[in-house]
Amino acid sequence: MKVADAVAPGLVGLAVLGGWEALVRHYAVPAYVLPGPVAIWQALLADWPLLAGSLLVTLRIALLALALAVSLGGLLAVLFAQSRWVERAFFPYAVVLQVTPIVAIAPLILIWVDDVTVSLLICAWIVAFFPVLSNTVLGLNSADRNHVELFRLYGASRWQTLWLLRLPGALPFFLAGLRVAGGLALIGAVVAEFVAGAGGTGSGLAFRILEAGYQLKIPRMFAALALISAAGIAIFAVLSLVQHLLLRRWHESALKPEG
Amino acid sequence: MHFPPPAPSPPLAPTTLVALDGVGKRFASGTQALAGVDLRIGEGEFLAILGPSGCGKSTLLRLIAGLAEPSEGVIRRAAARQVGFVFQDPTLLPWSDAITNVRLPLRLAGFEREEQEARAAQALAAVGLAGFERAYPRELSGGMRMRVSLARALVTRPSLLLMDEPFAALDELTRHRLNDDLLGLAAGSGMTVVFVTHSVFESVYLASRIIVMAARPGRIAAEMPVDAPGENGAPRPPGFRTSAEYAGLCREATEALEWAMTQ
Repeated sequence: MKVADAVAPGLVGLAVLGGWEALVRHYAVPAYVLPGPVAIWQALLADWPLLAGSLLVTLRIALLALALAVSLGGLLAVLFAQSRWVERAFFPYAVVLQVTPIVAIAPLILIWVDDVTVSLLICAWIVAFFPVLSNTVLGLNSADRNHVELFRLYGASRWQTLWLLRLPGALPFFLAGLRVAGGLALIGAVVAEFVAGAGGTGSGLAFRILEAGYQLKIPRMFAALALISAAGIAIFAVLSLVQHLLLRRWHESALKPEG
Repeated sequence: MHFPPPAPSPPLAPTTLVALDGVGKRFASGTQALAGVDLRIGEGEFLAILGPSGCGKSTLLRLIAGLAEPSEGVIRRAAARQVGFVFQDPTLLPWSDAITNVRLPLRLAGFEREEQEARAAQALAAVGLAGFERAYPRELSGGMRMRVSLARALVTRPSLLLMDEPFAALDELTRHRLNDDLLGLAAGSGMTVVFVTHSVFESVYLASRIIVMAARPGRIAAEMPVDAPGENGAPRPPGFRTSAEYAGLCREATEALEWAMTQ
């Protein structure tokens, strides 16, 4: 991204934060109703050891869930792509898992699984794996007809066709799914933490938000919220970079317009 | 006169690479794409299949390649033949550079990596693309992509090269240059080429024999030998494209095609 591309959103952000601070000060809004950005920043600095620890806990769950989503989602996709029958038989259940709200399943998982970390991980994984699965299945089934014939003509084995044609062809689809899954893994982790609530290990960012809410430490609540957003943005940025690096030599989506 | 009934599957004449007898193809949709095609493809010949769009010439080529099965008739092929196929589009793998694309058939056949690289580099040089080994398809022009595709078809040193309107999407100058290069490559290798086209001019320029097809159902309507200098795949002499002899042959082929279209 060029520097000029970052100027406009930066200015908008500064204007919003400045206006927010000015309004809070002008109307003397108490910090337990709506703290200004300065107060939130101060809370962030003051509570940094506490919040940083919680950030690491939440990030760890989200990233582990993402890794699981990639490996299991990718593996399932390859299995599904082996036969239409397998895909037709199992795909609906993946959809059921996806459309059932995680808030509704999370309490059950927390009851069934003793280890809270594991149950949080399962929740985040359920939310994150579907985009990886569905995109990769689509990608694996999108191999160009002529390419498939070419491989057939030269006597390619099933394994060669998968490895040299279908998997590389599915890569752009997989990466698009991965970018969505990255954000969802974080959402899944946070939602599961909320459901686990005070009964949980009580150390993630969502728990800090609940805790700060009970204690009316609203600036800390906002600080934790800001950290969750920042973590989401960072995950998205890293995955976008991965996508760009892997596709820049050959895929249309990574091409710069000529001239 | 009394003729004995033909043997069920007589052996191919030694100079015949592929033989089609009464071949027809009906698609699952019920469309009769081809009917009653009898054809002998001889060793070392340059055969053009000429016909209007939708006359089944691509289907015929796919049957010869073994990419589809005939619904009627028999296709017999000489043993130990290696087939190369050039599609209408270059059909290169966009995620692989030129040399990786060219060595694909060798890779699929399980050759050693070093031999793959050496032969692919050789094939790229033969089509005039030495120095472009590491270029990705999208970094190449349409003509260069088609050359990579041609190199990929040649890398297995095929005895039979099948080409499905490979140059139709290219500009005229590029097409002329590729025509000449193709003739040079074919002459040097002794391979048989079957070239599908809808261009009268291209078929006369390239071929030693032209099969003219008619549509609905697709069938062979006429056959025309091309008696011109440099026949049987050798390059045409300079100036042939503007000669009266070429013009005469083109007129003859055009008349055959027009007649076929009224059938």
